[in-house]
Amino acid sequence: METVITVSGLTKSFGRTRALDGLDLVVRAGEVHGFLGPNGAGKSTTIRVLLGLLRADAGSADLLGGDPWRDAVALHRRLAYVPGDVVLWPTLTGGEIIDLLGRLRGGLDRKRRAELLERFDLDPTKKGRDYSKGNRQKVALVAALAADVELLLLDEPTAGLDPLMEAVFRETVEEARHAGRSVLLSSHILAEVEALCDRVSIIRNGRNVESGTLAELRHLTRTSVTAETARPLPDLSDLAGVHEIHRNGTRIHCQVDTAQLDPFFRRLAEAGIHSLTSQPPTLEELFLRHYGDRITEESSGAAAPKEAPAAQEAPAVQEAHQ
Amino acid sequence: MKALTGTGGLLRLALRRDRLQIPLWAVGIMLFVVATASSFDQLYKTAAERAKFAADIASNGAFKALYGAVYDASTGGFTAWRCAGGGVLFAGLMSLLLVVRHTRGDEEAGRAELLGATVVGRYAGVASALLVVGIANLAAALLVVLGMVGLGLDAGSSVALALGIAANGCVFGAIAAVTAQIASTGRAAAGVAGALLGLGFVVRAAGDAGSGTLSWLSPLGWSQAVRAFGDERWWALALPVAAIAVLASIAFALVSRRDLGMGLLPSRPGPASAAASLGSPLGLAWRIQRGAMLGWAGSFLALGLVTGLIAKDVSDVFANNQQFADALRRLGSSGDLVDSFLASILGLLALMAAGYVIQAVLRIRAEETALRAEPVLATSVSRWRWAGPHLACAALGTLVIMLAGGLGLGLVHGLRTGDLGGQLPRLLEASLAQVPAVWVLGGLTFALAGLLPRLVSVAWGVFAAYLLLGELGDALKLPDWVLDLSPFRHAPRFPVDDPRLAPLLALVAATGVLALGGMAGLRHRDIA
Repeated sequence: METVITVSGLTKSFGRTRALDGLDLVVRAGEVHGFLGPNGAGKSTTIRVLLGLLRADAGSADLLGGDPWRDAVALHRRLAYVPGDVVLWPTLTGGEIIDLLGRLRGGLDRKRRAELLERFDLDPTKKGRDYSKGNRQKVALVAALAADVELLLLDEPTAGLDPLMEAVFRETVEEARHAGRSVLLSSHILAEVEALCDRVSIIRNGRNVESGTLAELRHLTRTSVTAETARPLPDLSDLAGVHEIHRNGTRIHCQVDTAQLDPFFRRLAEAGIHSLTSQPPTLEELFLRHYGDRITEESSGAAAPKEAPAAQEAPAVQEAHQ
Repeated sequence: MKALTGTGGLLRLALRRDRLQIPLWAVGIMLFVVATASSFDQLYKTAAERAKFAADIASNGAFKALYGAVYDASTGGFTAWRCAGGGVLFAGLMSLLLVVRHTRGDEEAGRAELLGATVVGRYAGVASALLVVGIANLAAALLVVLGMVGLGLDAGSSVALALGIAANGCVFGAIAAVTAQIASTGRAAAGVAGALLGLGFVVRAAGDAGSGTLSWLSPLGWSQAVRAFGDERWWALALPVAAIAVLASIAFALVSRRDLGMGLLPSRPGPASAAASLGSPLGLAWRIQRGAMLGWAGSFLALGLVTGLIAKDVSDVFANNQQFADALRRLGSSGDLVDSFLASILGLLALMAAGYVIQAVLRIRAEETALRAEPVLATSVSRWRWAGPHLACAALGTLVIMLAGGLGLGLVHGLRTGDLGGQLPRLLEASLAQVPAVWVLGGLTFALAGLLPRLVSVAWGVFAAYLLLGELGDALKLPDWVLDLSPFRHAPRFPVDDPRLAPLLALVAATGVLALGGMAGLRHRDIA
């Protein structure tokens, strides 16, 4: 399959800080690719390497078939970028900045510019210094989205946008996808990534920890199960892949590795199922599992059935650790 | 006084941030006064010489306008004559820059918001900025007194002079505290306060040229009114103190009437789409650079006009002092005193133009660190096409401001000597001849920005070194090769009767090499 971004083994250090540590990233043509990671994971550094602003220490990066450092000027005609930290010229108006960036890229679509200003409800006559954070973000978004390009590099583009504008942003990304554009979307807003992205890469400490479609990523994780059985369940400790078991008589709540669902449900059926809820992992759980070393446990505790009082949970947790 | 809560904490923060600036300014002001005192000490050794010099100045309207009246024919008296007003220019500049930096500058950067959300009273920002300025001026005054006493001058009179300079310097800090409330950017606030400082000079000059009444309207006049080393009038120090009190209360009143981050004047909307001129890196650079260029050109024109007024009279005043005349003659290429004086003014303009070209080139680095280079470089603009136009603006700007200075000088001097057709072209030519030397500093600044971006402020250090080399190089009897490090030594001296192209071409070539080095560095390094 054709790719627009292929990065492998990318390494970049700033002094003693290692920002990228052998990062891999593949964005296919025509897809919206979610780029997730905690603060300081190296998302912006990756994008800045792809823009040829930073030179990687090691590894290879291929952008639209060219070298992001050597062919920067030619490649930039074919992409548009929304920085994570939008800083505008204080004395230029938003409209002037949108036109300027468009012309520097080689022209922009006037009709589309007018339409985007309307949809994002942005006043183009205000001076750069007078915009709020959300409106500065809109200036950068309109400038990027009005460009007729193959690739959009968006670094946390919705930071500071209100829910209404966030919805407009999602529409514009959908439109970009329909127009055949590729999008690399770095974001913290998991609902946004879940709604928009075809594939997701999760990075941590400058390294890729997970990559794939949301379905694939979910497969690698656990399904949350709450069940009530006719008879108390026998001991489950012989079953691999069942975690964080909370019992309360005939009620059970646990996390099951997606690959181990079948033997688990057989055992459950033997005890006679009265009621059953099972939930695929949310992106948030995926995210937390990759970032938080301790958070996973805490969040599963919070997700436990309300009926189970804390006092009775204590022995259950002990059992889980047996 | 809840409104002042947190002033102490903000003061400590400001002093920590300025731990380098304040001592440098204080030493600079001290050097200006003490070096002046020391040179008068050496130039006029006998009482007769001093009396003659004092009489010459008193009889010359132009000199009176430039520096005011002499109140005592002694080294101390001459120092006070030369420095009471000039010192306020330096101290005032320091004060207004410090105040703007800690008030509107912080607000613009969003830091004031962060601080304002902590337990900090509404007035604390302005109050701490004014305290910083008070401390900085007192530090400068203390150094001046120590230096003058070290030269054997009277301690009490030295205190009078130093306090006159410091207190009136503080007045411009208080003025900046007011302009920082009115203007919505730090640049504009400093610009207006700086313009008022210049106005203070003009009003004082006009006053001293006439009956002296007008001088009472200017803090520079108040500093002279102390008459240090003459019949000292300590009560004149009450004028700046009262002015500071009034201005500070105006600033406090304005603070409580406006919103954080906003100016008093509402921001006007601008064009909804960009003019055709704003479609290229050059168009953008011009928009960023043009304000400073026009401001400097205006100042240079004014400076040229003022100094042009007195040039003709130089020979009357200094003709009788062989030593001074010799020192002046060394600055020019002909033996003529007036031409030598004009040469020294052109040299001064060139040095100041170096200040212009450094700040203009530093805009390149400022755009980068402010993250405004990033969106431009993410379009199909190469680093060369991004930085090049700023260099072009800086180079052109140097040309424009030097010509503005030469124009002012040539016009007035030409009219006064009745030889406009002769003086104007030769002064314009001479001011142009200084341009390549100024460019070298622009090239150096760019080389630093490209190759050693973290050390880019070294450019100001080099500028200060050239300033001292020019002022003290001869006095310190430094070897020629050290003096030759300054590009200004290689600019042709006025009058340029025999225009030799070789040194000019060498300076241009040096600029080119430095610029290419900077470009190579910029091309190969990471962008902040």
